[in-house]
Parts: sequence; C-alpha cells; structure tokens
Amino acid sequence: MDAFLLSRLQFALNISFHILFPTITMAMGWFLFYFKLRSNISDHPVWMRIYRFWVRVFALSFALGVVSGVTMSFQFGTNWPGFMEKVGNVAGPLLGYEVLTAFFLEATFLGIMLFGIRKVPNWLHTAATLIVALGTTASAFWILALNSWMQTPQGFELVDGVVYAKDWSAIIFNPSFPYRFVHMMLASGLTASFLIAGLSAYRMLKGDDKIAPKLALKTATYTAAVLIPLQIFAGDMHGLNTLEHQPQKVAAMEGLWETTEGAPLLLFAIPDEESRENHFEIPIPKGASLILTHEMDGEIKGLNEFEGEHPPVAPVFFGFRVMVGMGMLMLAVSWVGSAYLLRNKTFPLWLKRTFAGMAFSGWVATLAGWYVTEIGRQPYLVSGVLKTQDAVTQLPPANVVFSFTLYAVIYAVLLVAYMGTLMLMCRRAVEIEEISTEEREMAKAAKMSPANT
Amino acid sequence: MLFENLSTETLGDIYIGLLGLAILIYAVLDGYDLGVGVLLPPREEKFRDDMIASIGPYWDANETWLVLGVGLLLFAFPEAHSDVLQALYIPATLMLIGLILRGVSFDFRAKVVQVQKRKWDLTFKYGSLLTTLAQGYMLGIYVTGLRTDLWAQGFALLAAFGVTAAYAFIGSCWLILKAENNLQAKAYYWARRGLGVLAGGIIAVSIANLTLHERVQELWFSAPWGYLLMGIPIACFALLVLCGVLLKKLPDAGGKGEWLPFFIALLVFVLCFAAFGISYYPYVIPGELTVMDALSDANSLRFLLVGVVIVVPCILVYTAMVYKIFAGKSEKLSYY
Repeated sequence: MDAFLLSRLQFALNISFHILFPTITMAMGWFLFYFKLRSNISDHPVWMRIYRFWVRVFALSFALGVVSGVTMSFQFGTNWPGFMEKVGNVAGPLLGYEVLTAFFLEATFLGIMLFGIRKVPNWLHTAATLIVALGTTASAFWILALNSWMQTPQGFELVDGVVYAKDWSAIIFNPSFPYRFVHMMLASGLTASFLIAGLSAYRMLKGDDKIAPKLALKTATYTAAVLIPLQIFAGDMHGLNTLEHQPQKVAAMEGLWETTEGAPLLLFAIPDEESRENHFEIPIPKGASLILTHEMDGEIKGLNEFEGEHPPVAPVFFGFRVMVGMGMLMLAVSWVGSAYLLRNKTFPLWLKRTFAGMAFSGWVATLAGWYVTEIGRQPYLVSGVLKTQDAVTQLPPANVVFSFTLYAVIYAVLLVAYMGTLMLMCRRAVEIEEISTEEREMAKAAKMSPANT
Repeated sequence: MLFENLSTETLGDIYIGLLGLAILIYAVLDGYDLGVGVLLPPREEKFRDDMIASIGPYWDANETWLVLGVGLLLFAFPEAHSDVLQALYIPATLMLIGLILRGVSFDFRAKVVQVQKRKWDLTFKYGSLLTTLAQGYMLGIYVTGLRTDLWAQGFALLAAFGVTAAYAFIGSCWLILKAENNLQAKAYYWARRGLGVLAGGIIAVSIANLTLHERVQELWFSAPWGYLLMGIPIACFALLVLCGVLLKKLPDAGGKGEWLPFFIALLVFVLCFAAFGISYYPYVIPGELTVMDALSDANSLRFLLVGVVIVVPCILVYTAMVYKIFAGKSEKLSYY
C-alpha cells in the first residue's frame, strides 16, 4: 500500500473517531444548560441529580474529543502538507479562530463546570455551563465553515496554484455553510437526545424506578420528536443546495448514471462502477426528480456527465441510504415514544428495549452522513481547486503503517471502554439513592432563605 | 483591513513571538500536570487520588496551549510545520498516543470499578512519561536543525531526559503548593531529587547546544552580547541554588512560602526558554529555515491577528480567574 491510501485511511479513521464525541458534546452542552436552568427555577433536587449524571458523561466525551482532536492538528502537516501549502491561507485563519474563540473557552470553563460548584456562586456555575455550550457551538461554526469552504469554495484568488483569501465573509458564509451548519447541529441534537433517552431507558430496564431517568427520558424523547422533522426538512434543503453546487455528489447519492428527466428514486441497488450501471434496482418511478426538482419530469444530471471527476459511487450511495434509513427509524421511535408520554403511559418493555438499543444510533446516522459528504467531494480535497492526491505526504509508507496501526488499536480499545463505561455508570446509578441527605438540606435551605441563594 | 500598516517583517516577528509564548505557557502549564503524571506512585492509591485531584480542573485548558502552539506553527509557518512534523513523525505519533492515553485515563479512572482504576492510573502515568520523553526528544532533534546522525540522536536522548526531569521538577513544585501532610512531604523529597537532575540536565544540554551551530557559538562568545547573555545561565543557577536552600527550609516553615518553589521553577523555565529563543532567532527551524522564508500570506495573518489581539488577553484573564477560583489546597475531586 502507498502513503496516499494509508494517509487517507488514517485520516478517515481519526476523523471518524473524533466526530463521535463532538457530536455528543455539542448538543449535550445545551441539554446541561437546560437541566441547570430547571434546577435553578424549580428547587427540586432531581434536576441537579440529572445534571450531575450527564455532566460526567459530558466530561468523558469531551476528553475523548480533545485528545482525538489534538491528533488531527498534527496530521494536517504530517500527512497532508499539500493542503496547507495550497489552501493554508484560507484554512489557517479559520482553524486559528476555532482554537482561539472556542477551544480555550470550552476547556477553561469546563473546569468550573465540573469541579467548581462549591467554589463559585451559583450564577457563575450556570454561566460556565452556558459558556461551555456556546464554546462547543462556536467550535462547530468555524470547523464547518472550513469544511463547507472545501466543498463550495469562493472568495479567493488563485496565484501560481496557491489560494489567497480575498473576501473573508464570502469565505466563511460560502453557499453550503448555512445548510451544513444547521444539518450538523440538528444531527448533534438527535445524537445527544437518543443517547440520553437510550441510557435512561437502559437504567429503567436495569430496575431503576426513580424520577431522574424518567424525566431525562421524557426530555430527550420530546426533543428528538421535535428535532427529527426539522432535520428531515433541513436535510432536504441541504440536498437541493448540493444539487446546485455539487451535482456529481447528488448523482452518486441517487446512483444515477445517465442524465434523466423523471429520474427514479432507488430504494435499493448495487452500483457497479466497472460496467457503469446498477444491479438489483428497486426504483420508485420519478421519485428522485420529484424530491430534487419538485417536478415529476425534472432533469437530473447523471454520473456519466462527470466521468473521471465524480466520487466513488457505492460508498456515497449506501452511506446516504443508511443515514436516511436511520432518520426514518428515529422519526418512528421518537414519535411513538412521545405518543406514550403524552398520554401519561409508561413505556412497555419493547419500547424501553428499542430506546436502549438506539442509544448510539445518532453515531451511525452522523457517520453515514459525513461519509456521503466527504467521499462525495472526491477526487477533490477542495472542490475544483486541489485534488486529494496532490496534497499527500512524501513520508515512507512504513511510518504511516506504524502510526495507523497504533491509532487503530488504541481507538478500538477506547471505543469499547467508552461505551462500556457509560453502561457501567448507568448500572451503578440504579443503586444510588434518589436524593442524598446533603441535597435535601440544600433544597430545604433554598426554600427557607428569602434571597433564594 | 486592520493592521494594514504592519510590514511583513513585523508580522513575522509578532507570530514567532506568539508561537514562542504559546510554547512557553504550554511548557509551564502542561509541564506541571505532565510532571505530576510522571511522578504518580504505582503503589500508593491515596497519593494518586490527591495528585490527580490537584490537576483536575486545569489539564484540559493546559493542553489547549499545545493545540494553539501547533496551530500557530501550522497557520503562520506552514512549511516549517510540515518539515518539522514529517521529520519527527514517529516521535510525534508516540507523543500523541501518550497524550491520548493520559487524557482519557484521567476521566475513565473516576468512573470505573475499583479493580480497573489502578490500570487507568498506570496508563495515566506511563502515558505522561511517553509524552514527556517524546517531547524532549522532538525538542532535541528540532534544535539540531532536524539532523538524524548519531550525535544528534544522542543529544535528543539527553534532551528527552532533561525535559522529563524539568517537568517532574515543576510537577513536584506544584504539589508542594497544592498538597498537604504526607503527600507534601513526598513532594519536597521529589523536588529535591529533581533539582539535582535538572541542574545536571541544564548544564549538559547547554554545553551540547553550543557545539551544534557555529552561529550560536559566535553569539554566545562575542562581546558585548556574550556578557549579557551569560547573565541568563548565571541567574538560572542562582535560582536553582536558592531553590535548593528553600526546599530544605520550607518544610519547617509552617506553610509559609509554599508558592516559592513553583515560582522559581517558572522563572527557570522562562530563562531557559529565553536562552533558546535568543540563540536561534531569526530561524524557525534552527540553521535551516528562517521566519521570513516560512511565513504564510501576510493578509491572512493580518485577518487572524485581529482575533489574536482581542481573544488572547481574554484567554489570559479567564485562565487567571480559574486559577484564582481553585487557589489554595486542592480538595478531593468530586464532580458536581
């Protein structure tokens, strides 16, 4: 294997592992802020109990996100020196703003959020929770601005093959950025919702009949039920935007080889790049045209229009179906769950099991979606500007084999340890009393003191 | 655009200054928490709990300075970033593995069953050790101008031990400040031992350093600069001697001046760093690549500088605020 393929595999491994954790923390920051606010308003100690449980999940996820993120900042230079050489004048400042405005904010205030409650006034602890949530969101803002610019670059000029920034607001607010940002934030919201709902359901399955998991399950199920239709709508808009700017990606998503008027929506197929056709198609006639152009006979460009310049078809095609399928499943489960909750009924056993089983379903959908958009950008690293193979390192392949193997082993161990630890935390929470003596006293004191401090 | 009137030379100086500042702050801040990790005693669980509690609220933010340092190298001097890190690919990978292991152990240890806690503690210790050794080795090779011959390797190994000793020393000074009773007594013991090793390390690295580049040798042995520069090692050793005296006296001083060893360690770090900085300016890779040759597009740097000027002071302020909030002896780590 050559350094090119190895570097791609290594970067794919790193970024896939990394995104799992920000996807959770971005939205969980806001969940924690909500729990903290409820705790401030209601005096009921159960909200603090919920906060405390999830803040530990947050801390663990955050740590994994930080360490896997540090790795990435090295790989830009080690494995993809051509990236910074050619487009560093745009990518550098965007990454720089991420570190300056987001990383420090998150990492510093996390300390107060985790360990500071007895050392700082309550308002400052609430503010720290808010600042951490804002920080994770700001971090997503900058990194998605850069990623979107790589998909739909504008606001620059090319001199001797090197990109120079011309207009920063055009660079940041490039055509695909608003769609990608909304789509990703909603994806994060769904991932965190299903994680919270799933682990709460798991606690209940293990015999936990306290209020905390019930409330958390309720909050998360309602949130998911509201977010999922928004996400389907946002995803559709994002798709239309992609059709406009990256038609070859949409053609791969739809598995459409020839430019067609009234293109079918393929529920299933096996795309074959050798013979440039699909096997075992299950089509819905005119479906793709209707969704993408909002007309029965709208024209959609096929892959053959972009021969040699389009992404590998099968991973994009299947990735898209996995993402959409997972989205539909989320819609069904969260709405059924909400229907039970609205009628004040407890979940039957099968539904608890379904929720517990879907605790990590957000990861599947998020990863599938990112594979669609990132593989869909190939063979380019920056659309129309820089091909992936022109950015790769001259490192000896043996070195990359060494690092790739180490990362793969460690990430596999960490992923198992992470999921195992979350489950263990749930099982342990079952035995812990609902309200500790200390909390009861705090709640009493809060009710008695007129200033409510 | 803002900062339009800044010349490219000034921008180069500003960014190399910022890079230096980020690395210095990183070396001090993550230095003490890496040092605490390296010192973690495998057999005494009580100590381990207290030691980890003493760095709990800080390590995430400390590590962010590394991201900023590597980031600044990447944005401002992209050529240097890819040259340095491709040459140092294996040690950099090992350092990252070390950072990953220690970073996650910190959070896992608090959440798993008792039997596994010790495993994560050991992962934390050896992850920290791997990180400090790799950083020292990288520093050594970097200073030689990315040479790979035997002499450079020997120098890099020396630097690996030197940096580890320096981190362990500042880590024990941190514990003197944060710990009480038995652990503090242990920290005094570690600091006294670390002090000797550190002093030896500084002498060895300084002498070896003079043999690496003729330019550096000329600078240090020329008048009048040489005399001024000599002040740095002299001050450094005066401080170390003072620290040695303090480490003997302080345990009986009833808690007064416990911040002094850490403060002295901080000054020693600053002095050593200044000596390096003065020796190798205007190079971004010693003897190989100058700041101006590696500098990226001036307009992009001006755009980023706007953020730097606004945000870096804020970062310093809220970092100081966090240190103030958690000032005093560290308490048992409890999540709330």
